[in-house]
Amino acid sequence: MTVLPELTPPPFDPPYPTRGARFAPGEAVRVKPGAAPGHIRTPWYLRGRTGRVERICGDFANPEELAYHRDGRPERAVYRVRFTMEEVWGEAAERAGDTVDAEIFEHWLEAADAP
Amino acid sequence: MPHDHDHDDPFHHEGMSSSGHPYRPDNDQPLTYWQQMEIAVRELLVEKGITTAAEINAQIVLMDARSPAQGAAVVARAWDDPAFKARLLADGSAAMAELGIDPDGLKLVVVENTAGVHNVVVCTLCSCYPRNLLGLPPDWYKSRAYRSRTVKEPRAVLREFGLEVPEDVRVQVHDSTADMRYLVLPRRPEGTEGWDAEALAGIVTRDCMIGVAIPQLP
Repeated sequence: MTVLPELTPPPFDPPYPTRGARFAPGEAVRVKPGAAPGHIRTPWYLRGRTGRVERICGDFANPEELAYHRDGRPERAVYRVRFTMEEVWGEAAERAGDTVDAEIFEHWLEAADAP
Repeated sequence: MPHDHDHDDPFHHEGMSSSGHPYRPDNDQPLTYWQQMEIAVRELLVEKGITTAAEINAQIVLMDARSPAQGAAVVARAWDDPAFKARLLADGSAAMAELGIDPDGLKLVVVENTAGVHNVVVCTLCSCYPRNLLGLPPDWYKSRAYRSRTVKEPRAVLREFGLEVPEDVRVQVHDSTADMRYLVLPRRPEGTEGWDAEALAGIVTRDCMIGVAIPQLP
């Protein structure tokens, strides 16, 4: 069962340029499950977990490309996504309503209601 | 007896020094693989004219000059100037540049502790840290224990730092996984009304800005 945080996105625009992000602040998103080879900056403990977009940071070069000396383009939108500890750790959570934010690149996110 | 050693042997560096402290042993172990690799790559870069020994040293001097005092100055200003605080929360790097601290590529996100939220920063994937503002991170910040436990049991970790977060306060962990770097803006303690910037900055420690401590009055 998905447990989403309550969240009020901060009242300012991303300080770094973005050409338009697919998900909006406050929107529920799921981190894509599963593995991929190479240099991935999406932590394992969040794969398959659902949270809410806290803010859009801007567009940044893709680290999965940069790691192999490519230019990392096209740049990808980076989001700060907030998860409840209950969503991440289930009954093992230390306190269910505590939260963790992580920066996730757009290509690792899907809409929470995606099949 | 601190000076109980053989004075006839000028090369004898065991036991106590003449000031009564133990000698630190010389580093006589062979270089590790990665130490050798660092030296080899550095010497090659210098040999090929890509950089110079002076440039490398200047970078080390610059890094050593950065310290948590810079972050403390940012926090003290935010405590005293609500308009600056608003700009700091909206764009941390632009606001630190206002105080004459060069972000030098740092993309700073400032997160504010409130009556209901306590923030703490970790990088589970490596050891991302706002070095351009706070200097080098403490060793524990890079340890597997801190990195793995802080996202799973932050309250237990904070308790080990001597910080008990009340049950009605939400712990907000920030996992620094990509391009942003994080600074915690602690709550200004009661009893600091009328303090000048220097006095305010004096109670803002490195640990307060990572979120494993809160400012204490002297």
